[in-house]
Amino acid sequence: MRFNERWLRDWVDPPVTTEELAEQLTRAGLEVDSVEPVVASGGIEGVVVAEVLGCRPHPNADRLKLCVADFGGEEPVEVVCGAPNARAGMRAALARPGARIGGGVKVRRARIRGIASEGMLLSMRELGVGDDHDGIIELDTDVPPGTDVSDVLEFDDAIFEVSVTPDRGDCLSLAGIAREVGAINRLPVAGPAHEAVEPTIEHGLSVSLEAPEGCARYAGRVVEGIDPTAKTPLWMSERLRRCGVRAVSPVVDVTNYVMLELGQPLHAFDLHRIEGGIRVRRACAGEQLTLLDERTLELRPSTLVIADRARAVALAGIMGGSGSAVSDATRDVFLESAWFSPSDLMGEPRFYRLNTDASHRFERGVDPTLQRVAVERATRLLLEIAGGRPGPIVDEAEPSYLPESAPIPLRAQRIERVLGMAVPGDEVSGGLERLGMEVSETGHGWSIIPPAFRFDIAIEEDLIEEVVRLAGYERVPSVEISGIVRPGATSETGIPVSRIRRLMVDRGYQEAVTYSFVDPELQSLLDPEVPAIPLANPISSELSVMRTRLWMGLCRALVRNVNRQERRVRLFETGLRFRRDPAFRARVGDVDGWGARGRDQVADVDQERCIAAVATGPVLPEQWGSAARGVDFFDLKSDVEALLGLTAESGRFSFAPFEHPALNPAQTAAIRDGGEVVGLIGALHPRVRRELGVPAPVFVFEMPLASLVRARVPDYAPVSRYPSVRRDIAVIVDDLVSAGDLLAEVRRSSPNILYGFEIFDVYRGAEIDSTRKSIAISLTFRSDSRTLADTEVDGLVEGIVAGLTAEFGAELRR
Amino acid sequence: MLTEIENLEAQALAALAAAAGREEVESVRTRYLGRQGVVTDRLRSLGSLPPDARPAAGQALNRIKNAIQEAAQSRRVALSRAAEDAELEEGRIDVTLPGRGQRAGGLHPVTRTLERIETFFRRLGFDIVEGPEIEDDFHNFEALNFPAHHPARAMHDTFFFDDGLLLRTHTSNMQIRVMAVQPPPLRVIAIGRVYRCDSDLTHTPMFQQIEGLVVDEQANFANLKGILASFCRHIFESDLDIRFRPSYFPFTEPSAEVDIQCVICKGAGCRVCGQTGWLEILGSGMVHPNVLANVGIDSERYTGFAFGMGAERITMLRYGVDDLRLFMENDLPFLRQFSGGG
Repeated sequence: MRFNERWLRDWVDPPVTTEELAEQLTRAGLEVDSVEPVVASGGIEGVVVAEVLGCRPHPNADRLKLCVADFGGEEPVEVVCGAPNARAGMRAALARPGARIGGGVKVRRARIRGIASEGMLLSMRELGVGDDHDGIIELDTDVPPGTDVSDVLEFDDAIFEVSVTPDRGDCLSLAGIAREVGAINRLPVAGPAHEAVEPTIEHGLSVSLEAPEGCARYAGRVVEGIDPTAKTPLWMSERLRRCGVRAVSPVVDVTNYVMLELGQPLHAFDLHRIEGGIRVRRACAGEQLTLLDERTLELRPSTLVIADRARAVALAGIMGGSGSAVSDATRDVFLESAWFSPSDLMGEPRFYRLNTDASHRFERGVDPTLQRVAVERATRLLLEIAGGRPGPIVDEAEPSYLPESAPIPLRAQRIERVLGMAVPGDEVSGGLERLGMEVSETGHGWSIIPPAFRFDIAIEEDLIEEVVRLAGYERVPSVEISGIVRPGATSETGIPVSRIRRLMVDRGYQEAVTYSFVDPELQSLLDPEVPAIPLANPISSELSVMRTRLWMGLCRALVRNVNRQERRVRLFETGLRFRRDPAFRARVGDVDGWGARGRDQVADVDQERCIAAVATGPVLPEQWGSAARGVDFFDLKSDVEALLGLTAESGRFSFAPFEHPALNPAQTAAIRDGGEVVGLIGALHPRVRRELGVPAPVFVFEMPLASLVRARVPDYAPVSRYPSVRRDIAVIVDDLVSAGDLLAEVRRSSPNILYGFEIFDVYRGAEIDSTRKSIAISLTFRSDSRTLADTEVDGLVEGIVAGLTAEFGAELRR
Repeated sequence: MLTEIENLEAQALAALAAAAGREEVESVRTRYLGRQGVVTDRLRSLGSLPPDARPAAGQALNRIKNAIQEAAQSRRVALSRAAEDAELEEGRIDVTLPGRGQRAGGLHPVTRTLERIETFFRRLGFDIVEGPEIEDDFHNFEALNFPAHHPARAMHDTFFFDDGLLLRTHTSNMQIRVMAVQPPPLRVIAIGRVYRCDSDLTHTPMFQQIEGLVVDEQANFANLKGILASFCRHIFESDLDIRFRPSYFPFTEPSAEVDIQCVICKGAGCRVCGQTGWLEILGSGMVHPNVLANVGIDSERYTGFAFGMGAERITMLRYGVDDLRLFMENDLPFLRQFSGGG
C-alpha cells in the first residue's frame, strides 16, 4: 500500500514527525518499506503562482505564445510559452530566473526566437514532479498570484510504501491506515463527510444476485449527463499519482480515488453498453470475455461474472470487460460497488494471472458495510468534477451470505498465559475499542465483537495479538525458557553427521552446497537409467528436474572450478536424492526418525539422504618432496573406507566390481553393506568426462548416510601377553582373481590365532606369466595362552597356502 | 730415567690426541698400557732398577699410567661426540620448508552457521530433525493454517510437481510431522533446504532454513523473546539490540518479525540495513491454536512458540558476505576462506 502522508494527516494528524510516524506503523505491524519525499529536498524553490493576464502569438514562431504573467510582483512579466493550454485568465506555475526546478535545475533568463522570456510556465514534468507534459499546470483560480507553488501543491509531503500482510486487507486504504494511526495515538479519526446524494433522475438498473455465496451485496447507481470534456482536478490527480495510480479520466479517477480512500473497489460501466439489468452469476461453459487490457479469456464455470441480459461484462472483483468500458465520449455511467466473498474469489486472480488493485482487496476482504457509502462518495466527487444527474442507489444484498461478526471471548488469564505478561484490564478494553471493537465485560474478561472490516479476528489469540500490538511488543519481558528438558535421543551408536562431514574435511575435501534440481541433460548424462522427477514450474531449464544422485551438482561445481584454473578439486556434499519408487515404504523412525541420516517418503517419492564426493587432479596439493600423482580409485576408496570405519564395523562392508553407465566399467565398484548394494565408487566414464570437458580422470562416490547410522559400541577383549609371529607369503594367481576373494579365503581358512593379515604388495612383471600376478600377504599369528612355536606357525601357513591353491590355483612364490 | 718416563707420557698423549677413531685410541692405549704395553713393561721391570731409584720411577710410571688412561677416555668421549655431531649435521634440514601430505578442506559457510545454531539449541535440550523436501500440500500449507488459494500462499512462490506434490517452501512442514507423532513437551529444531520459485540478486530458488518449535504447558511469548534474544547474542557474539514487531504468518498468532541491530553499523544506519539501523532476521510467533488442533494437541493445556530464519542471511551478516549467489557457486577460492574453526 502506497500513500502520501498529507492525505493521511487530513484524517488524523498525530504530533509526531514523519520518521516517528513510520516507526509507529512498523511497530504496529504495518511495515514501512520506504518513505520518500515527494520532491527531493532543495529540489524546487521559488516557483510561484502566476495569473496569465494576456496571451498572444509569438511574432517569430507559430507554436509559441507570449504570456503576460502577474506573479504578485510590482510588474507583470512576459514569458514565452509553447503549451497548447496557455491562455489568459488561467493560474499557472511560474519559475522566474533564479528559481530552482526539477533536479535542482536553475532557471535562467532566455531569449527565444528573439524575444526575452522572464522565466517559464511549467508542466508537471518540467517542474520535476511526475511525468505529465500534456500542458502547463493549471492551478485553482482562487489561489492568489505569488503564492509558493510548493505550498499549493503540498510538496512538503512524503510517500509511504507499506507492506500490508495478507491478513490486514482493512489497511489497504487511507481510512484503514488512519484507523491504525488513530488507535496508536489515541486520536479521533475524521474522514470526509459521507452525505447521501439525492437522486435527481429515476433511472436505475435492476440487479440480481444469482450466486450469493460469491457476491452477497451489490450496490450501484446510474449517473447521466456527465461532461466528457471535464478534467480531473490537479489535487486529485496528484494524490492518485503519489499513491502510485495514473490519472486517466474523471470517472476512472474517481473510482480509483474512492478505492484508495475507503478501500472499496468500484467499477464504472458505460450505461449504454449494458443491456437490461445486472446479473451476478457464474460463467457459462465456454463463455468468453474480453477484458480492459484487451485479453480475451475463456472462463471456467467457477468464475463469478457481472453480466447483463446478454453476456458477461466484467470478471467479478477482478477487472471490467472492454465491451462495457467507459470511453472519452461516455456521458452516462453505471457505478458498481459490490462485495465479493474472499473465500469465493481466492484463486481466481491467480488462475487468470490477473492481480489487480480490486482483486487484491477483495481477496483479503472488503468491509461488507461499505458499498453504499462508497457509491455516495464517488457520486459526490463525480458530480463535483464532471457534473451529471444521479439516479437512485440500487443496493441488493443477501444478508445470510454476508460475514457476521460473532462475539469472541477474551480471558484476562489467557492473555497472561500466552504473553507471559499481564495487561491491565482497562488497557485491554480501551485498546480494543479504539480498534473499532465492541467490548463488553464478562466474569473472566471480555466478550468482543470485531468490526466488519476486520477479517483476521476469529479467535481469542487474534485478540491477544491486537492487545500486545497496541501495548507494544517491546513491553513483553524477555524470560529465559524454563521447564523440563528431556535428554535428547542421543546414543553412542549414533554417528553425528557433523563427524562425517569433518572426516571428509580432514581428508582434504571442501564441502559444497548445490541445487537439488538440476539440468536434465546433465542428469541423464550422469544417471541415465533412473527417471528424474520434473518440476512443473521450474525457474529455468537448467534447474528443472530433481537430482537422482548428488553427482550432478558436484560435477557441475567441479567443471566450473576446473574451468577457473583449479587443477585439483575435491568436493563433497550431503543431501537428499529423489526417486519415484512406488514399492518403497519408509516409516517414521525407520532410520533416525526425521533426522539427518533419514530416508523419508512422501507419496511415492523416496528421499534418501546421501553423502557424495568428486575428486580430480593431483592427489595431494602441490608440494616439494613427494612425486606429484593424480588421484586414483584407491585414494577415494580409502576415503570411503575411512567413512565406513566410523562404524567400527568395517567388516560389514565389501566392494565388488560393478557397472554404471556413467562410470568407467574397469574402475567401478559397488559398496555393499552385508549383501545389499548401498553405494557406488568409481571413475567417470572417459566419454562422460570428455563431454563435461574435464582433462584429468574424475573419481566419484555416493552412499546413503543411513549406512553410517550406527557405530559398534566398543567391547573389550583382553590383550594377549604373548609375542606374535609374522610370516609373509607371496602367491601367484591368475590376473582375474580378486584380492578381495583371496583375502576372504584367508579369513575363512584361518584359525583363531591368525591375528591379522594385510596385502603389502601386488606385482606383475618379468618373472611372472603375463596373465598372472603375485600378491604378497603378511600373516600375523598370536595366541592368548602361549608362545607359538615356529613349527606350529609353519603348519598354519601351509594350511592357508593350501587353501588358496585349492580355491584359486595359487602357487607359492619362492 | 724420569725424563725418559716423561717423554713416554708425551708420546702417548700425542698419539692419543692424533687418534682418529675409537679403534686407534684402543690400540694406542694397548701399546702403552696393554699387557705387553710399554708402560706395563716398565712397571714390570721396576725391580731391575737400583733400589733408591725405584720409588720415584714407580710413582712416575703410575702417574703416567693414570694420565694415559684418562686421556684415552676423554679422547673416546670427544670422538663419539664428534661422530654424533657429524651425524646430526648430516641430517640437518630446512625447517622452514612446508610440511607434506594432505591438507584439510573446509565446511561450507552455511553449514558452519547451521552447526553453530544447532549447537546452541542442543544445549537447551532441542532435538534436531531434517525431514523430506518434496512435500505434500497438507504438511506444507493446509495443516499450517494456509487455506487453499489464500493470499498468504502467494507469499510463498512454490515449486510444484505434476501430481500436486511440491518442494517445501519452509521447514515448518516439520512442525506438523513432528507434532503428529510426538506428544508435548517438545523442543525441536528443523533444519534443511527449502525452495521458492524466485531468483534475483537477493533470492536463490533454494536456501536453507532453521526452524524452532517449543510446545509445553508453560511456553509463552516472553519465553520466545528470551530464547531469541540469547540466540541472537550467541550467534553474533555481541550484545545486540533486538526488536520484535507484529507481523503475520498463518501458523502463528500472535506473530512477530524479529530485527537485530545492524551488525555492520551498530544501528547508526548504513547501506546493508537500508539506513534503518535494523536487520530483519527471523519470523516467529505463538503456535496458532488451529495448527495445534490439526495435530490433535489441546491448545488450552499446551501452548507453543515457533521461529524460523534463513541460514544464508545469518551467514552473510556474520562473515560479511555481500552476494547471496556465492553460496551456490561453490568456487574453491570462496569456500577455502571458511576452512578452519570448529
